[in-house]
Amino acid sequence: MIAVIDYGVGNLFSLVSSLRHIGQQVLVTGDPDALRQADRLILPGVGAFGDAAERLRRTGLGEAVRAEAGRGKPVLGICLGMQLLMSRSTEFGDHAGLDLIPGVVRALSETVDPALKIPHIGWNALTLTRPSALFRDVRDGDSVYFVHSFHGTQCGADTLALTEYSAPVTAAIGRDNVAGCQFHPEKSGRVGLSILKAFAETEETLC
Amino acid sequence: MIAKRIIPCLDVRDGRVVKGVNFAGLRDVSSPVALGAYYSEAGADELVFYDITASAEGRRLFTDILREVASTIFIPLTVGGGINTLDDFDRVLKCGADKVSVNSGAIRRPALIGEAAKRYGSQCVVLSADVKRVNGEFRVFARGGREDTGLEALSWIRRAVDDGAGEVVLNSIDTDGVKGGFDLDMLRAVSEMVSVPVIASGGAGRVSDFVTLFKTLPRVDAGLAASIFHFGEVRIDALKRALAAEGIPVRITSPRTEELPC
Repeated sequence: MIAVIDYGVGNLFSLVSSLRHIGQQVLVTGDPDALRQADRLILPGVGAFGDAAERLRRTGLGEAVRAEAGRGKPVLGICLGMQLLMSRSTEFGDHAGLDLIPGVVRALSETVDPALKIPHIGWNALTLTRPSALFRDVRDGDSVYFVHSFHGTQCGADTLALTEYSAPVTAAIGRDNVAGCQFHPEKSGRVGLSILKAFAETEETLC
Repeated sequence: MIAKRIIPCLDVRDGRVVKGVNFAGLRDVSSPVALGAYYSEAGADELVFYDITASAEGRRLFTDILREVASTIFIPLTVGGGINTLDDFDRVLKCGADKVSVNSGAIRRPALIGEAAKRYGSQCVVLSADVKRVNGEFRVFARGGREDTGLEALSWIRRAVDDGAGEVVLNSIDTDGVKGGFDLDMLRAVSEMVSVPVIASGGAGRVSDFVTLFKTLPRVDAGLAASIFHFGEVRIDALKRALAAEGIPVRITSPRTEELPC
């Protein structure tokens, strides 16, 4: 059973639908104890980093995610959920993340051509930077759906995939049993579903 | 590089797709769920569902259908038609819509755009504008293109974007249904003025119209059409290949041989 962590940030309809579509049992929960019972955890999220990090702290969900990840449970962060797995973010201040994967979340506007539209919204192609169980069915050049204004930087060897938006932008990160996608697999057609399926099924280390 | 989007639009009345659909091999051509699945599989980058229902019962049916479509199709969904209040935004977003398109509701009460952008984010709010030339200016029409509002289109669109609309669907009434190509002059005026994505609508008749659109106006992000897709006059996979051959960035969804989840 996959626990989708509900901490009041964003709409979980499509994510839950897509997991059910690929035959998974899903529990949407905001209860830290329930995360212990689940086989795998998904941390979704849209909105501001600081507010979301504070909610994770206040509810005890952040500590629970860290504890379960420490026990080797597979964890997948999506969009803001991916950013929250990282060390810290400079979005409107300086906020600590869950620090499961080293790196800093910064504004896209610091990196990309100022003439480009921000948020970065739409279908963009992936370049895989190293093989992983999570992306076992993904090929270089496959397109996925992005909606974001901030992105992960300084992820080093934990970078799983990049996309190009006048400059390389982190599309996915991962370390052992913890991974994150900046894009929305639940909105990325077949490619996205294949990623969720790999996350839900793989018995190997995620990345 | 962001791919240019190809977007089929489905008009739904009382839970059924209207405007004549004609597909070989599709059992129920007026089922939004079946058609949505067909287009998703065919490589559509996004689907737009317009609710053209007039009754409350029809609206409930639409909402139920939307929930069913959104549970089976995992590409972005935009919903429009009958969006007048924040409750309407809430209703369709809870059923799996990713973006909500406003038109007459925002003309009646322009504050709707700012309120919705504040609550749901600009990326959720799409301004749909039906525009026609009147006395040498671009004029906004309401109620499905039947009523001249007297509003000058460029200032209306600029105001909506300033208020928080994150995307603009520009439907030219002058070229709609003519199938002689998109309204490039109108689209140029709007796409040069705003920094948010602009979706071209009205006038596409064949593959080359989309090539001309993206070649002539690189700031236009997407092309939307209805009947030419519904009647199979333009096939989305062939259209994508033609655009790619012209060097226009598109998302190609080639069929794969391995086992895939859907």
